[in-house]
Parts: sequence; structure tokens; C-alpha cells
Amino acid sequence: MGRAYSTIAFDPAKCDGCGDCMKACAQAKTGTDDVARSRIQIYGRGDATEKDFELALCRQCADPKCVTVCPAGALNKDGTTGVIGWDASKCVDCLLCTVGCAYAGIALDETAGHVSKCDTCDGNPACVPACPHGALKYITTANIYNEVGDWEDLFAPGLAGCQGCNTELLMRHTLRRVGPDTVLATPPGCVPGMGSVGFNGTTGTKIPVFHPLLTNTAAMLAGIKRQYKRVGREVQALAIAGDGGASDVGFQSLSGAAERGEQMLFMVVDNEGYMNTGMQRSSCTPYGAWTSTTPVGETSRGKTQDAKNLPLIMVNHRCAYVATASTAYMEDLYEKLDKAIAASKTGFAYLHVYSPCTTGWRFPSNLNMEVARKAVETNFVMLWEYTPQEGLHFTKSVDNPLPVTDYLKAMGRFRHLEPEQVEHIQKKVVENQKFVERMTEHAHVG
Amino acid sequence: MDRATEHTKYLIAGSSHAALEAINAIRMHDPEGSLTVVTRDSHLPYSPTVLPYVVSGKSAPARIFLRDEDFFARNKVSYRPESALKALHADENTAELADGSTIVYEKLLLATGASPAIPPIPGIDTVSYHVLRTLDDALKLRGAIAASKQAVVLGAGLVGMHAAENLVKAGASVTIVEMSDQLTSGYFDKVAADMIEQAFRDAGAKIMTGSRVVRLEPTAAGAKLTLENGTTLAADLLLVATGVKPEMAYLNGSGVEHAQGILVDDRMQTTVTNVWAAGDCAQARGFFTGTQVMNAILPDATLQGRVAGMAMAGDPGIQEYAGGVPLNTYHFFGRHAISVGSSKVPEGGEVVTRFDEKTGHYLKAIFGADGCLSGIFGVNEFFDGGVMAQLILRRIDLTPLRDRFVANPLAVGREIMSQTWR
Repeated sequence: MGRAYSTIAFDPAKCDGCGDCMKACAQAKTGTDDVARSRIQIYGRGDATEKDFELALCRQCADPKCVTVCPAGALNKDGTTGVIGWDASKCVDCLLCTVGCAYAGIALDETAGHVSKCDTCDGNPACVPACPHGALKYITTANIYNEVGDWEDLFAPGLAGCQGCNTELLMRHTLRRVGPDTVLATPPGCVPGMGSVGFNGTTGTKIPVFHPLLTNTAAMLAGIKRQYKRVGREVQALAIAGDGGASDVGFQSLSGAAERGEQMLFMVVDNEGYMNTGMQRSSCTPYGAWTSTTPVGETSRGKTQDAKNLPLIMVNHRCAYVATASTAYMEDLYEKLDKAIAASKTGFAYLHVYSPCTTGWRFPSNLNMEVARKAVETNFVMLWEYTPQEGLHFTKSVDNPLPVTDYLKAMGRFRHLEPEQVEHIQKKVVENQKFVERMTEHAHVG
Repeated sequence: MDRATEHTKYLIAGSSHAALEAINAIRMHDPEGSLTVVTRDSHLPYSPTVLPYVVSGKSAPARIFLRDEDFFARNKVSYRPESALKALHADENTAELADGSTIVYEKLLLATGASPAIPPIPGIDTVSYHVLRTLDDALKLRGAIAASKQAVVLGAGLVGMHAAENLVKAGASVTIVEMSDQLTSGYFDKVAADMIEQAFRDAGAKIMTGSRVVRLEPTAAGAKLTLENGTTLAADLLLVATGVKPEMAYLNGSGVEHAQGILVDDRMQTTVTNVWAAGDCAQARGFFTGTQVMNAILPDATLQGRVAGMAMAGDPGIQEYAGGVPLNTYHFFGRHAISVGSSKVPEGGEVVTRFDEKTGHYLKAIFGADGCLSGIFGVNEFFDGGVMAQLILRRIDLTPLRDRFVANPLAVGREIMSQTWR
């Protein structure tokens, strides 16, 4: 299993060019305030009136050209940390590495007379805490992948998802996390469409999986869980359902199981429509969105109703655990998955994961995480969790959201929106935020 | 022959940058196929580029190796030193080695590099001289430098200049003899060469450009050189550094077409089926000429090695070779010089220079008629060579930014990078 690595991430939208990161780096690495010697370099874009900043920083490439062109073996990628290390005792100061790197990630420190490059300060980069605007982050999500990568993958090696879909990620991670003593229910939708129920008489999973109707998923899974309990066997009951199956025709059995406190984890992969069957609208499809049943034409401008907020409805069942999550925030998702699994041992746990659909939402297949992230950054979706003991609280700050247009313009299904429709959506975002905020306040009071 | 004939899926002749990149590329796509590396060298892989630093003592000979035994074991590569390729029988997919054995291959990469080009000076075979291409050459030269009082370096390319600097620093009286009328021609222009020349003169070296040696004779101390104008020079150490050329004798009768080097297409394939070539022995497309040229530099060797390895393994992710761009860096007496791209001014092109004599900062940028960068050269002026190479390869029109770019290629280059290929 290959390893994933921690990395320094830069968000140009939050950078104002103050240079504090460079000062911190110069201090940490050279003991001076000479920002020319900083290994992170911030550059303003050409036009001084534009406040756009970019950086030159070693990317710790997986396939580092600086290493391949070094004649002295002085550069090496560390297989454990991913950092490309520079060995001063081997370097001959030939500068060929600076010719090899297309990203200005290794450059001459003229004062020292040697090249210098970012070494991430051994996993504790000085530049990151120095940034007053949160434009630099040290992303350690890799730790999750490295840990999880050692667990058994319980899904078939190949599957039939659309290119760029994040549901494969969700399925593989979730199944690895719950482990082999699991019974999985996957009602009609993208999850079986991708192959969970298998092909030619074999399942697509290495655990028992069944294919209930859209209407009875939670009921069937509850019965199976109870039967196992009766024969004295501890299994994890897990449903992975789409938003259509959960919020529309499947809602009655879902609500019933939650109300009875059935011991299961019900995960909803919310791609805001019946994407597997041809992109029809569901009650989770947002206002204004194009779907094949809310078309855009001379008179029709996409869906005319707002989405149902299913996770909030589940909170009103007083489930043992309810949370929303996004694959753009894997640490958060994992914490919630752990809590949901623990809660499902004694009661009903509900995890609602927002899942951008490359095909149905009309965006390039390489942008799934970016769209997921924009949804959170604009407060179009909010990340929170609920337990009856602690009430509801946000797990990701909702302060200073980006305008919702940043999210809407990232995909084709909103391309037709009139200004008043955008205004409606922005209003709804604020209203939803206030609504959930009131619930968190209530929780504190209660 | 008694030896059983060996079979290997991939055979690589040579063990430096091109060969090592080809191994990586092959193993990315084919983790199991049998892979054999044969090399004339008796050591683990190293770079010829590091050798001047072995001579100077900056690099410890034991620490220059680019791979260890474990690398070959992990990658399931059979590494065979001291087994140069002697003859290629391409019609039978067979390689005959210097140690008398033969190997049957499915795919062969010729990455045999180059050897010193020895000029046909009358008497050269009667004197002893040094060259600098292998680790053994470097160790021999390092030993001789310590004892030298009066050294002559033939050729003022980067290898010769590096060695001359080492000799000067070791305390010898050094004379550099160069046929063309400037030092480091082909790498740096006259202004830059003059700066380099001045640094050498300041350090006490004698420079004789535009000089041709017409006769060499042995003496008790070493050699006597006679120049075209009648001047004679005595040397207790003679280094011949007049360039390199590939050794291609093994190709005789193989059908592999070659000119100055082994002719290859944009996938590094030779004119013969199942045979590829990469690195200093290959003659591949030049970025500026479109025709096949020699571009014997380290970065190109790695690039070509990778393309060849991917082609040999059938990797569908292969990207064809875009053509070689000259890229050179040179350190002299604590100063640095960087050269990226072609020094030739294209038709309708423009040259912009700036030179600060006080600080010794020199910059020259050459733009084509289309406004794209075609070459940039600096002395004591640091810019990101890799970023400049991208500007050239991507043919980015710099017209709107030209003044700012020439004033600060480091910052403006990074700015364009951020907007274009980040």
C-alpha cells in the first residue's frame, strides 16, 4: 500500500500578501528577518491593483524532478514523510535541481551560497501558524489514509461508478471502518449501481449485502439485526442509501426504525436526486437545480421548491446520533463515523454525507472535492452533529462564508439561474444557517 | 560457447541517468518483467556530472552513488558491472557482452553515454594525458593534481574549466588552451565568457583562446605542446577535455542508424525494432531545430530515459519527447552562471541584455519574433531555470511583460508560473 503524506495547503483567496509566513520561515530556517531567504515565497500577481497572491513552495512531488537531475545524490524523497530532503554534505552547489524543478520549489539562497527548500519543519511548519488569515494550512488527512489503508478493503477491486464520483471513497472507507462483521443494505440507487450487489451471482462486497426495496430498507435491516441478536451474534447493521431512497418513498421505514431506536447505522449518500436512474429530482434536490424532471426551458427554470432538510428531521426523532458530513473534510467525517458506529450499538445512528455528482450536477470529474468544499465554505451545507445528551453543535465554523454564487457557478445544473433565483438561494442559505444556529443555542440553554 | 544464453525481457546497456530513469519508468508499468542492466563501469551508478567535484575533493568518492545494491534487489533488476555491450545482433535480438556472454532481449535500451573525444593532434598517442569521464578517471586525476606544478588543460568546456579551477586551487600554474575565440562557447556568450575568463585570470590561470595545438611530444616531466603560432608549453599534467562523443562501434552491422549519435524518434526508438536509445548517446529532436541534434546534458538524459522506459514497457501514459532544450549551470570561484535555451537569435527575434559591472550581475534574454522566450543566460543572476524552461517549452508570449521580466526574471517567472501551470 502506498503512503499518503501531510502537506502544506495554500488558499490564495485568503492571502493578503502580508508576508508573515515568509518572516516566520526566515526566522525558523536562517535566524534572520531576510524574507528573500524564506523557503516559502508569496508573489503578488502582475497588476498591483489586484489583490491576488500566489506562492512558490516545494510541492514535495511524488515524482520529483529535482531528485532525478541531482548528479550527487544529495536530494531524496523520504518514503515515510514524503518530504524531499536535501543533504548538505553531498550537495555540490551545481544548481541543476533548480533547472529541473518547474515550480520554483528549490532555489538558491544567495546568502548561504546553497540551494534551500521547504522541509515542512519536520511536520510542524513555522509558516502555517504565522499566517493571520488562515490562508496556510498543514493538512494531516494523510494520517487517516495511512491508517485505513492497512485495514482490509471489503469492496470489490473494480466498480462501475461514474468517473470522479466520491461514493467509491465513501463505500471503501466506511466498509473498512466497520469491518467484516457487518451486514450491508443497499437499496436501489448509485451504490448498488456501482456494484455493491455484485455481478453474475457474486456480491461486490466481501461481507453479506442485500438489496431491499426503496421503501423497506430500514425495516428489513432492522429485522435482520434483531434476528442476529436473537441467535446471539454481534453484527454491525449498516445501510448505505441514496437521498431519494431515504427522503422520499423510503422515509416511512427510515422514520419508523429511528423512532423505535433500532440498532443500526443508516448512512445517506446525498447527491440531491435520483442520479442512478437518469437524474430525476428528489425531495433533497435544491431550489433552482436542473434535473431531468425539473428541466430548463422557455417557461421552466429548474426546481421550484426548496430541498427538504432530512438530517434535521432525523434530529427530531431524537436518534442516538445524527450528523452531516462531507468528503472534503475527511477528518471530520471519520470522527463522525466512529461516533455513529459507537451509537449504533445501542440505538439508531444517522449519518448524512453530501456527495456531489459529477454526472448529474454537471461539473468536470476532477472537481468533486472542490465542489464539496465550496458547498461547505458557502454554508450551502453545514457540518454539525447531534446527540440527545449534548444537543446540536457545528463541527466546522460557519463564520465568514463565501457568497453562494461561488458554489453555484462551480457546476452546470445552476448555470441558467436568474439573479432573483440566486437571491432566493442566498436567502435560503442564511435562513438555514440561522435555523440551525437557533437549534445550537437551544441546546446550550437546554 | 559454454555459457548458457541468458534471456531478459528488458536489457539496458548503461548505468547512469538515462538508464536509471528507464528502470523507474519500466517498473511503474511492469513490476515483474525481467530486467538486466549491463555497464562498462565497475561501480554502482553515478553521474559523470559529479566527477569534477570528486576531483576537487568536495564529493567523497564513496558517497556519489545514485543507487545501492538494495535498489536493484527491490526492483528485481540484475545489475552487471564490467560487462560493456560489445556487439549488437539486432536481427536475432541478441547482445554480445565484453565478458564473452550473450543475452537475448525482448527490448533493448542503449544508454551507453559518451566518451572523451580525443582530438587528432600529431603525437597525442606518444604522451600520457588525463581525461575525465569515469570515476576511475576522476580518482586518477585527483591524485595527479596534488603533484602538479605546471598543468595544461586542452579545451574550455565546462569539464575543462571545472578541472582547471581545481588545479588552480591546488596551487598549480595552469594554462587553458582553447581552439575557439572564447571560453565556454556553446554555453555562454562573449560577455559571460569574459567574466569567467577574468575570474580565472584573477586566480592566476593563463588563458589561450583561439589557439590550436599542432604537435605533442613526450618529455621527462610530461609533455611538450607546440601551438600553431610556434609557442611551446611544458606540462607535467595534461588534461584533454575537448568534448565527448558516443562510442557506437557496437552498432556495426546492426542496422541501427546513427550520425553523431544514435538516431531516435520522439519515443526514443531507433531505426530498428525493439531497440531504443536515450541520454548522451542519442541524437533526438531538438526543440529549436526540429531536426535530430546532440543535447548531451543531464536533465535531457533523465527525460529521454523516462520516455524510452515507458515506450519499452508499453505504458499508455507516455508523452512524446518535445525536443531537447539546452540547460546548463556552472559554478566558478564562488560565482554561478545559468544558461537555459538557445543562444541563437531567431529570425526577427530580439536580444535584451543588462550588465552591472560593479556587482557583476549579467543577464541576457533572447525573444523570438512571436514574443516567446528562446534563451536566457545569467551570471550571478539567479532565476529558476526550471521555470524558464517551461516558459520556452510552453511558448508563452512574454511581450506584455517583457520589461518587468528582464528586470526581475525570478519574480516575474514565478508569477507567470502561478497563473499558468501551478
